[in-house]
Amino acid sequence: MSKDIRIKKGLDIRLVGEAEKSISEGPRSRTITIRPSDFHLVTPKMVVKEGAKLQVGDELFFSKSQEQIRFVSPVAGTLVEIKRGARRVITDLVIEADYSGGSRDFGKLSASASPEAIKEKLLSNGLWPFIKQRPYDVIANPANEPKAIFISGHNTAPLAPDLDFVLSGKEAALQAALTALNALTSGGVHISVGSSNAIFSGMNHVVTHTVKGPHPAGNVGTLINKLNPVNKGETVWTVAAQDLVIIGELLLTGTFNATRIISVAGSGVKKPSYYKTIIGAEVSTFAYDAGVDGDTNRFISGNVLTGNQIKPDGALGYYANEFVAIPEGDDYEFFGWNKPVFNKISPSRALTFSWMQPKKKYDLDTNTNGEHRAFVVTGNYEEVFPLDIYPLQILKACMVNDLDEMEALGMYEVAPEDFALTEFICVSKQPHQDIIRKGLDLMYNEIG
Amino acid sequence: MGLKQNLHKIKMKYEGKKMAPAFNAIHTFLYSPNETTHSGSHIRAVDDLKRTMNTVIMALVPCLIFGIFNAGYQHYLAAGEIESATSFFSGDFWSMQNFSKGAWKVLPLVVISYGVGLLVEFIFAVIKGHEVEEGYLVTGMLVPLIVPVDTPLWMLSVAVIFGVVIGKEVFGGTGMNILNPALTIRAFLFFAYPTWMSGDKVWVTEAKELAGGPDAISGETILGSLAQNKPFDYDVADMFLGFIPGSVGETSTILILLGGLFLIFSKIGSWRIMLSMALGGLAMGLIFNGVVSQEWITESSKFYSLMSTEFWHHLIIGGFAFGMVFMATDPVTASQTNKGKWIYGFLAGFISVMIRVFNPAYPEGVMLAILLMNVFAPTIDHYVVQGNVKKRMKRLKVKTA
Repeated sequence: MSKDIRIKKGLDIRLVGEAEKSISEGPRSRTITIRPSDFHLVTPKMVVKEGAKLQVGDELFFSKSQEQIRFVSPVAGTLVEIKRGARRVITDLVIEADYSGGSRDFGKLSASASPEAIKEKLLSNGLWPFIKQRPYDVIANPANEPKAIFISGHNTAPLAPDLDFVLSGKEAALQAALTALNALTSGGVHISVGSSNAIFSGMNHVVTHTVKGPHPAGNVGTLINKLNPVNKGETVWTVAAQDLVIIGELLLTGTFNATRIISVAGSGVKKPSYYKTIIGAEVSTFAYDAGVDGDTNRFISGNVLTGNQIKPDGALGYYANEFVAIPEGDDYEFFGWNKPVFNKISPSRALTFSWMQPKKKYDLDTNTNGEHRAFVVTGNYEEVFPLDIYPLQILKACMVNDLDEMEALGMYEVAPEDFALTEFICVSKQPHQDIIRKGLDLMYNEIG
Repeated sequence: MGLKQNLHKIKMKYEGKKMAPAFNAIHTFLYSPNETTHSGSHIRAVDDLKRTMNTVIMALVPCLIFGIFNAGYQHYLAAGEIESATSFFSGDFWSMQNFSKGAWKVLPLVVISYGVGLLVEFIFAVIKGHEVEEGYLVTGMLVPLIVPVDTPLWMLSVAVIFGVVIGKEVFGGTGMNILNPALTIRAFLFFAYPTWMSGDKVWVTEAKELAGGPDAISGETILGSLAQNKPFDYDVADMFLGFIPGSVGETSTILILLGGLFLIFSKIGSWRIMLSMALGGLAMGLIFNGVVSQEWITESSKFYSLMSTEFWHHLIIGGFAFGMVFMATDPVTASQTNKGKWIYGFLAGFISVMIRVFNPAYPEGVMLAILLMNVFAPTIDHYVVQGNVKKRMKRLKVKTA
């Protein structure tokens, strides 16, 4: 079963340094770092102490507010350090890896098991954090039944990994995960794909939707909005395509396999390609192998629009499927505001000439290209925002903490990543994703 | 050590100090800042507010240059020293004599407008501790173009201070204002000094000084003549090309049109507002033409001349074209939704022509119409956005029903 979704509004950002389709393996990461900040709004309650010996799949901590959601170690070894920040918030869990340390056997589960059994398995085996929900874009609340589950099978973000490439060979695990998820909802599992011969096209127990158009066509938020927008009181779940593999493999083999294939890309990378690594691995294990200079580049765990900045000695995020290095832009540019610009992307034609070469790939740096201002220009966000929501108005509602207005304008439907493009083109250089995140957090705390 | 490093050092030295915004305004004028992204998207498009404003200024420059020549041309023409121009590139118009006369009159207006306005902006930025916002770059250019050429400089200064403080800063600065600051300044001039700002003596430079003497010259605008049911001898080509008396930069419809096309092409100006405002003006013009042809209004009426003006002439006389392209499209004070822009523009055009016809004392209705629509823009947006909100509520009802 398939249905086409075509969007016109959006913007494809073409960047230099797309990953070449070959998989390398760097040295194994000496330590693995788990950052609880990757799990938004989760307050970790530690189960193990510093110095504890761990197997793959051993529980590290659970969520203080929802105790059934457990987080497990992606690697065997020793928990060497629990780093704390201000007000003793846990910032990093550092595990010294021992790759011969063995895995905990959780036991297999047939895909035809009952929904309760599947839910229980996902929760107790540390797979639940891979399931997120909207509203609020946080880890799903297991108490709710989602009206449907949505998965993006077609990543249109700049420098995104090719999902058909990284998922090839994992069909059995994907199918197992999809069948299991399908049991958890009455509304079905919906996947967006780029073409009819994508890896998900032949799968059972899912509805595939061919999406066409510029970024954010592949975003899961676009899929939800076009198919079945979230209303007040409803919940939908989303799962990242690559996390399906981890879910599926555990169901099939009984062990937690945190191996990931990530793309290492960006203009700061000399030999951009794919790397086989593991959740929370040190970026130095692949970054230097691919040829990245840590002094002049920004390291990003995730994609350039939504990822997190990490230090050169930092680690990959829990959900990250890509690593990007782009040059830092901390330099002044003489008359940068009025001279003709040929080497940067612009949605306008105000002496900017990117419209003349729509296929050209650009080498963008992290400069904001201007200072923060109040919202002035109108009508430009709508050009790149395909959801049936007024972006400027909802941002303003978030900035003034107007809960009623936020709710009325569709706050239940959005996640910060939906505003990545409006943020990219914002003339006033406003932090849209941050504004939306804070708005969602406010709603979560006030309305729940 | 280059200029770049020196400026960077000064910036570091003054960081967090009171005067930092003032310095940064000058610094970022020379160099785009070294700021990098901190949250969300790691990359940003190249457009910033300075570039956007700069594009509008570029679109205004031809109008300014034409305005300078026209100021001299109207003076010498009225004085009978030169022949009237026959084509757009006529030597009678583009002469050094016209230029020097006009420049001497117009450039001080530009200097005062920018000087006073930016001073106010800098003072507010320093007091409130925010960066100097770019809004005034365009306002400062608009103001000299929409005032009569003989406006005394002190009057302009007072008006600019009023317009920037009351029209913008009290609301919180650029992006927060309800009324278009340039039009606020113009409206202040008109209502505070009405005898100066209308009549037939202010549109041609030095008409006042020469009045009553043997060399007396008169320069009535076309709208002024129409309002008084007086004949005038400008043909459509004069009006379209701009060889007519009027506010400094508002006369040349063709250059305004080119500026408007440039703004639409560069995606800075809203084509929706421009198009719908033109349609609104035409619609009202057609209605008045219809009223005249039905003979409900006869030649004895004081509205007759303006009402019987062919409907499309309204677009090329007075400040209609200028208001349509450069004033109504101000994104802060216009409607902010695309649907709202159609309604806003149409009503602005419609009301412009209505005021023009029914208010012979001040036949230039565009300014008032746009200010009026500025006030209503948030209301229009509210109802447009409510449409989206209602759709969402309906979806919820269908679900729960």
